[in-house]
Amino acid sequence: MQTIPYEHGLILAAILFVCGLFGVLTRRNIVFVLMSLEIMLNACGLAFVVASARWGHAEGQIMFLMILTLAAAEVAVGLGLIIQMYRRFHTVDISVLNEMKG
Amino acid sequence: MMMLFYSAAAIAVIATLAVISSANVVHALVYLIISLLSVAVIFFVLGAPFAAMLEAIVYAGAIMVLFLFVMMMLNLGQATEDEEKAWMKPKLWIAPGLLTAVLFIQLASVLLTQELAMAPVEVGVLEISLLLFGPWLLAVELASMLLLAGLIAAYHLAKR
Repeated sequence: MQTIPYEHGLILAAILFVCGLFGVLTRRNIVFVLMSLEIMLNACGLAFVVASARWGHAEGQIMFLMILTLAAAEVAVGLGLIIQMYRRFHTVDISVLNEMKG
Repeated sequence: MMMLFYSAAAIAVIATLAVISSANVVHALVYLIISLLSVAVIFFVLGAPFAAMLEAIVYAGAIMVLFLFVMMMLNLGQATEDEEKAWMKPKLWIAPGLLTAVLFIQLASVLLTQELAMAPVEVGVLEISLLLFGPWLLAVELASMLLLAGLIAAYHLAKR
């Protein structure tokens, strides 16, 4: 049976992570920013599963489960914030959120 | 097996690029679901069926449906899409593109130095659950606390 090179799986995870980072840096719509964060978290999970497959251990998949839990909690809170932001400002543009003038 | 891996990887990358470059939120969500499902296929190929199931059920199912419901509540129309198209200027992509390209080159140069073939050993539900409810029990409890905190925070934040 042909085997898949380990580094190809990690490179795929790196490509997906970099795509997500590019989305976070370029988009101004907060929904797209949250989706790009999801892509980045998913890429981290993919890297853990690839490592788990390489070494034949189950710990990588347990880390993937933790990342999944984190992503679910993050999305729930993030979408709550988006709803609250849309109620207050009637837009999804993140540049209106500069009231604190940090 | 190899063909499955590389075709699923290509679909995942193309769908992810479509997500970060699309102007319509719902189209982007559907592309993101395609990307997550192809990552689930990759998990299957890598011998992680439990992770693949969770990816399909929790990520592509629950989380994306949550997104879709919020999109329906917000009811973003054509105006938002036009605004989005106006924001997408290639001029603004140069600096983030350079930054991410540098990061990717660094990652790739580190990753490509090692050459290891993966033996696709299947790690099934049994081993994962034995570990999860043995040495990792505290992590499971912490995950449940995290989910409870997320639930309360989402309820409080989305309340009128």
